[in-house]
Amino acid sequence: MTIFIPTPLRPCAAGQSAVEIAASTIAGALDRLTETHPDLRKHLFTGDGKLRSFVNLYLNDEDVRYLPAKEATPIKAEDTLSIIPSIAGGAGRTSRSAFAAGEQSVKAASRSLATDH
Amino acid sequence: MGVLYIARETFEAIRAHGEETYPQECCGVLLAPDGGASTARGRRIVSSVRAGNTRTDSAHNRYQIAPAELVKIEREARRQGLEIAGFYHSHPDHPALWSTTDFEEAHWIGCSYVITAVDRGKAKATNSFLLTGTTEDDKRFEQETIEVEEQDIGAVRR
Repeated sequence: MTIFIPTPLRPCAAGQSAVEIAASTIAGALDRLTETHPDLRKHLFTGDGKLRSFVNLYLNDEDVRYLPAKEATPIKAEDTLSIIPSIAGGAGRTSRSAFAAGEQSVKAASRSLATDH
Repeated sequence: MGVLYIARETFEAIRAHGEETYPQECCGVLLAPDGGASTARGRRIVSSVRAGNTRTDSAHNRYQIAPAELVKIEREARRQGLEIAGFYHSHPDHPALWSTTDFEEAHWIGCSYVITAVDRGKAKATNSFLLTGTTEDDKRFEQETIEVEEQDIGAVRR
C-alpha cells in the first residue's frame, strides 16, 4: 500500500512524501513503516504504543478509528493510508478591548509587519 | 526572519474569506509546489483552498478542519503537483497573533500558519508564523515576513 507522509514527518522519512509498504493490515503497515523509518515512531505513537491523539489515520477515505477492525483492518495493495495531523486553533477571546490591546502589542513589536494591505 | 511569499491573488483570497465568514473564523489550506521549500530565501504559496470550519459550536473564536477534508485536499493537491505548506484562518475582532489555542493545536511542524485579523468585518493585518522545532516538546512559532507577489496564479475556491 501507499502511505502518504504529511509535511511535518517527511524529515523522518528520508524526505519522502509517500512510502510503499507491503503488509496485510494497517497495523502491520505502520510497523513496517516505523521499522524502516524509526524516527517516525515517537511522532506517531506515545510511549505506551498508542497513536497520538492528534494523529488521524485514513484508509482511503475512511477514518481508521471508526472502522470495525480499526488498525487490524486488512488492506489491499491498491489501498492508501493518509497520516493527517489535526489542524485546529482559534483566537480564544474576541472582545474589542483584547483586539485593541493586541494591535498595540503588534505595533510595538514590529511596525514593518502589522500593516493594512 | 524567514520570508513567506504569497501570490497576490491568493493573499487577497484568504483575506476575503475572513471577511465573508465574519463574525466567524474562516480556515483553509495553503499550497506550494514542493512543500514550500521553493526558494533560497523563503517559501512560496501559489494557491489556497477554502475549508469548512467544523467548530460550529464556537466558530467565532475556534476553527477546525475535518481530517477527512484534508485527505481530499491533499489528494487533489498531489494531482496538481502541489503540497500542503500551511494553513490560514481569521481572528474576528482579535489581533493577527497566534493564541494559546493556536499553539496547542498546531502540529504541522514545518508549515506556516497565516492569521488575518478581521475588525468589524474588514480584513486588517495578516501575519504568518512558521511552526518550527522537531517534536511536540520543542515546537514554537517563529514570525515570518509576508511578501506578496504580483503573479496571476489561481486560488482554488470551494
